[in-house]
Amino acid sequence: MPSLGADMEEGTLVEWLVKPGDSVARGDIVAVVETQKGAIEIEIFEAGEVAELIAEPGQTLPVGAPLARMRKPGEVQDDAPAPRAVPESPRTTAPAEPEESARSAHPTHPPRRASRALPGAKAPGGADATGVLASPAAKARAAEAGLDLTQVTGSGPGGAVLLADVENYLKTAPATKETLETPAAKPAAKPAARGKPGLDMAEMRRAIATAMSRSKREIPHYYLSHRIDLQAAQDWLGATNAERSPDKRLLMGALLIRATVRALAKVPELNGRFEGAHYTPAEDIHCGMAVAMRGGGLIAPAIMDAQGKALDEIMAAMRDLVARTRTGRLRNSEITQGTITISSLGETGVDALYGVIYPPQVALVGFGAPRAEALAHDGAVAARVCVTATLAADHRVSDGRRGAILLAEIDQLLQEPETL
Amino acid sequence: MTPKDIRAAFIEDLTSVAPDIDPDLLDDDEHLQDDLGLDSMDFLNLVSALHKRFGLPIPEADYPELATTAQAVRYLGKAPAG
Repeated sequence: MPSLGADMEEGTLVEWLVKPGDSVARGDIVAVVETQKGAIEIEIFEAGEVAELIAEPGQTLPVGAPLARMRKPGEVQDDAPAPRAVPESPRTTAPAEPEESARSAHPTHPPRRASRALPGAKAPGGADATGVLASPAAKARAAEAGLDLTQVTGSGPGGAVLLADVENYLKTAPATKETLETPAAKPAAKPAARGKPGLDMAEMRRAIATAMSRSKREIPHYYLSHRIDLQAAQDWLGATNAERSPDKRLLMGALLIRATVRALAKVPELNGRFEGAHYTPAEDIHCGMAVAMRGGGLIAPAIMDAQGKALDEIMAAMRDLVARTRTGRLRNSEITQGTITISSLGETGVDALYGVIYPPQVALVGFGAPRAEALAHDGAVAARVCVTATLAADHRVSDGRRGAILLAEIDQLLQEPETL
Repeated sequence: MTPKDIRAAFIEDLTSVAPDIDPDLLDDDEHLQDDLGLDSMDFLNLVSALHKRFGLPIPEADYPELATTAQAVRYLGKAPAG
């Protein structure tokens, strides 16, 4: 069980995407694990052949416990049993889950709201009060859809209901929702937007609290702020997008990320990781991008190897990451390998944001909402679109003078958007 | 397409870019960005989907006409059925 964050103690295997005998290459996705950040795809970091799957879907395992046994390429049949830190049997659910049975007994209780507060990651797979063996992801999805799990046929080990089974069931039986939902379960005044399906908001809040407390405890932050004239970039963007169909259009956010990534070449010490007592600058720029979740909370998956991506490629990577953050799955490398984070408030935000560095990174670049301001330009006051760029950086690694070079370089690059 | 069909198509595209939005709880006058919390990337993905479905160019200058579900249905209805 890989660690997907400093505060992660255990994870629940949702499903295997490989079987014994399969050959895998470095970077292949082999399994899905349920965490505080939702379901995450687990990549393998070594090539080889899957010898044995040790963990079963639905099982909750401590970080470091083996999930599977691998054979290296060319390695002969190895029959020696691997050392197993796996608990003998999957943890069973404590006493029964009164919430679950209570919910079905009281149809006036809004099932979808209730599911939010259910700590999915704390409910390891196993039979629940209704006697159904199901993975936490499947339970969360079913609770959210108001679906009775006894109606779903499980395809997992021992007939366990997996997320895919629930999704399939919901697809083929779209009427389920209506039949289980009473009118009382629809408070009309509630906003339509909720959290990401299957994501436990309480758990995510706890994960953010742990990471941010550690950051403020361990990292001596310093902050810089710089107002950037964005009119040239705005004009270029408008003209460029006018020529393009919507699926090819760029967002200002892509220009801001591209400019930041390029500017890091001048101040490379801001890109790296401070682990243990040592700072290691990173060669590649895995640029975390803060994505706010509508139900609250945020995830900052990284654009991997951003230094080698041109503007359009950055934009494509952003689209992909946002889509997968909202509707699909992120990969473990994307949520654990970031070397710097950029947080951009977009069009509807406030003037500036002062970030809290995401450990073990050493810098966070923030962009407020771009808007027209009165600015001295060519010796006169003019209305120009401006953005306030900020830097929160780790004083153990850099000083304000170096940080200032980064913001000044971002400014410079944005004055010539066509060269980005 | 009738306004009802257009609305159904719009809701389908909206919920595919923002699966956490419950169509049953949606108010047609809610602002997509201010009330429903679509960010600029979600909004662009929605415009891309509508562009594909309706075959409309939807230039950036028209974005304000897609601010709410009700406005968007009117905007999409003005175009020749696609």
